Amino acid sequence: MRVYHSDVLCMGAGLAGERVAVEAAQAGFSVICLSIVPPRRSHSSAAQGGMQAALGNSIMGEGDCPEIHFNDTVKGSDWGCDQEVARLFANTAPIAMREMAWMGVPWNRVVPGEHTYFKGGKPFQAMEKKENEGLIHSRAFGGTAKWRTCYTSDGTGHAVLFTLDNRMLQLGVEVHDRMQAEILIHNGERCMGCVARDLRNGELVGYFAKATLIATGGFGRIYRATTNAVICDGGGQITALETGVVPLGNMEAVQFHPTGTVPTDILVTEGCRGDGGTLLDVNQYRFMPDYEPEKGELASRDVVSRRMTEHMRKGLGVKSPYGEHLWLDIRHLGEKHITTNLREVYDICMHFLGVNPIHQLIPVRPTQHYSMGGVRTDKDGAAYGLRGLFSAGEAACWDMHGFNRLGGNSLAETIVAGRIVGEKVVEFLKGGVSDFSSQALDDAAAQVQGRIGALRRGRGEDCYTLRNAMQDVMMEHVGIFRNGKDLQTGVDKLQDILARCKTMRASHGGGELSMALRVPGMVKLALCVAYGALQRVESRGAHAREDYPERNDKDWLVRTLATWKEGATLPTLNYEKVTPFFILPPGDRGYGSGKIIPGKLEDGDIVSFAQQV
Amino acid sequence: MGRNLKFEIFRYNPLTPDIQPCMRTYRLEEHPSMTLFIALNMIRERQDASLQFDFCCRAGICGSCGMVINGRPGLACHTQTCDLPNHIALHPLPVFKLLGDLCVDTGVWFRNMGTKIESWIHTAKAFEPSVPEERMDNALANHIFELDRCIECGCCVGACGTARMREDFIGATAINRLARFHIDPRDNRSPADFYDIIGDDTGIFGCMGLLACDNVCPKNLPLQDQLGIMRRMVTIESVRGIIPAFIRNKLQGCGCKQKC
Repeated sequence: MRVYHSDVLCMGAGLAGERVAVEAAQAGFSVICLSIVPPRRSHSSAAQGGMQAALGNSIMGEGDCPEIHFNDTVKGSDWGCDQEVARLFANTAPIAMREMAWMGVPWNRVVPGEHTYFKGGKPFQAMEKKENEGLIHSRAFGGTAKWRTCYTSDGTGHAVLFTLDNRMLQLGVEVHDRMQAEILIHNGERCMGCVARDLRNGELVGYFAKATLIATGGFGRIYRATTNAVICDGGGQITALETGVVPLGNMEAVQFHPTGTVPTDILVTEGCRGDGGTLLDVNQYRFMPDYEPEKGELASRDVVSRRMTEHMRKGLGVKSPYGEHLWLDIRHLGEKHITTNLREVYDICMHFLGVNPIHQLIPVRPTQHYSMGGVRTDKDGAAYGLRGLFSAGEAACWDMHGFNRLGGNSLAETIVAGRIVGEKVVEFLKGGVSDFSSQALDDAAAQVQGRIGALRRGRGEDCYTLRNAMQDVMMEHVGIFRNGKDLQTGVDKLQDILARCKTMRASHGGGELSMALRVPGMVKLALCVAYGALQRVESRGAHAREDYPERNDKDWLVRTLATWKEGATLPTLNYEKVTPFFILPPGDRGYGSGKIIPGKLEDGDIVSFAQQV
Repeated sequence: MGRNLKFEIFRYNPLTPDIQPCMRTYRLEEHPSMTLFIALNMIRERQDASLQFDFCCRAGICGSCGMVINGRPGLACHTQTCDLPNHIALHPLPVFKLLGDLCVDTGVWFRNMGTKIESWIHTAKAFEPSVPEERMDNALANHIFELDRCIECGCCVGACGTARMREDFIGATAINRLARFHIDPRDNRSPADFYDIIGDDTGIFGCMGLLACDNVCPKNLPLQDQLGIMRRMVTIESVRGIIPAFIRNKLQGCGCKQKC
């Protein structure tokens, strides 16, 4: 077996993985990045809209500051986030954006003078200041008090990823692409790297590292209708879960995006609504202001997605061969705006839907979009349970998003957390000595070898049948609106699918085997989502229980921690305090109009934004 | 009932060299809004699990799925079957190393290219966390992004006559990348530096001007313009010391008086 040694091993080379890699490489440490695809093809590249940071250069962002950004983030999370982490994030975001400008990102800049902007579909005039000319501009995104989203046209993820990857080339960071991490090497206390499968030839490869980072993105592919790329199968979270000691946090917190297109589920950016796009029903009536008079289409994503579902349930959706949907209308923004600021949106509509958004309505429906949950880490990005294991980005539950993340906050998180966690990884490397156990490597490799052998000998169903069955259960029973009965049925069905995975067959070595190796782990992730959702008898953010519509701060102001014991058929759930202290005590979000069962806070629980604890 | 589509797909696995390359036929009923992404997955899931191809974002953004579609390089994910005849022939992109069937190794090719042309901002300035960002004109930012939109799908390289003939040709994608750095004021490389990188037959002077690259680019990048601008720039640089500076300066750029 080929074995590589490095100081840092990044599993995943999207924005978060690369930002950590860059930080470690700048400090002189050796880094290897593993990636299923060439790094520039990572799903980060698909993020269109932007990154939130309180720079306050634009006229509509005037007076913005990290504290306002923090407040928006906590409200967005429905008080499910770690407020210490959210503060750290909001304070660091402006620096991280400027740093990316230095590295080469062509951020859009302030153009002084009068501009026509849109709010709720209505145009208005605003005067950008002369003294801010050429500084980083910002656009509107949902759930924010200020316009704070830094952007590069509508290819922000692409532009930032290419810039970071350029920096990787400059620093000479080693990248091994077409490499699928299968299992962590560990001894129950310390992580020593991973065993990966080379997708070029099927060989297993060992990677020893002093620090291992999971930055593999989300796990949207456990749902059938998802905006996520085909590689977003939760590979990193699966390796963590299968250690038996590393918990996954808040797996039941799954975000649905209001504007996935029909039928391909490709996302069109929230920037459409931020720039003034509206949602229409079968009668081409703009319905969102009826539900959300103040925020309209720009309430947070969980609220807009639920309102859309609610409206379709009233029979006001548009029927189509691919199921019901609603319309997104951006026609009034005009050809110039659509073909420049919303160019990717224009391309997607033309190429994948055969719709011209300058003249036609875009068919949309809420579609799985983002995993708030993931590998639970502390504020330094260190995973619970194993020393030397870190996680960042969507793969992690760092936890600044709680039960709902705001648009533009996750893309910003990749860079901000990458910067912070990268620094902590460097600290960790400077502080410690490591020894690697070849026995642990052999054990890990033997386990993967055993799985491959079992799939070769299997006589049961193929991986596609089992994956499709899991995806259907998730769509049907663990979707936008949830209830105890459906969730229980979902859990039962998923347990049955997990049992059927034991006899799964894979007769070919290529894509089929790669998928087959993933499916049992994906079913376990699905069970963490479904079982966590079943046990959480309240509604918070994206987790909406029809049978428990209140947000229950008395009993459920906690984070779910799911671990998987060897041979178990369900995760073991534990709970921890949601935040070490409150800067913004639980209250009303100002949108969504949910009922709240208040909890009790002690005097010492509340600190000011400026106060360090 | 949709049309009955006949797919002819190139098959060869370098790991089993004894099995000769061949074209294999698959049949599929067409559905509305069917793309090659949908079609190829249906074939793999229902007819032949050994078929190898690459998709990632399936939204025309990541550049994974470049292949030759009825003789023309393009992205499979944003090719709708309704725009193609009943008979669809698929080949892997040429030039790149074949990994199996429709998969080619664009990843390693583009990393080597990026390293060779030093695809990063060359600056002596260090990042200052406490200082506001350097200002930039928004039109220039848009112009840089316009060239930065390349998704490294490799279609332009697969369609390039020079690249087919000489392995070391860096391709329109690399020249476009350098054009992006050339207009970026944060990059302090001079024309002489760019000359060193692309001023020979492996670079801009290898281009025969066939311009298939510009034709097939799925992102409609202005490759023809960039090839012209960069060729002019390094050509003028090559006569430094022969032609006076004021004439050289006059000839620079694309003729629009801005720094292009």
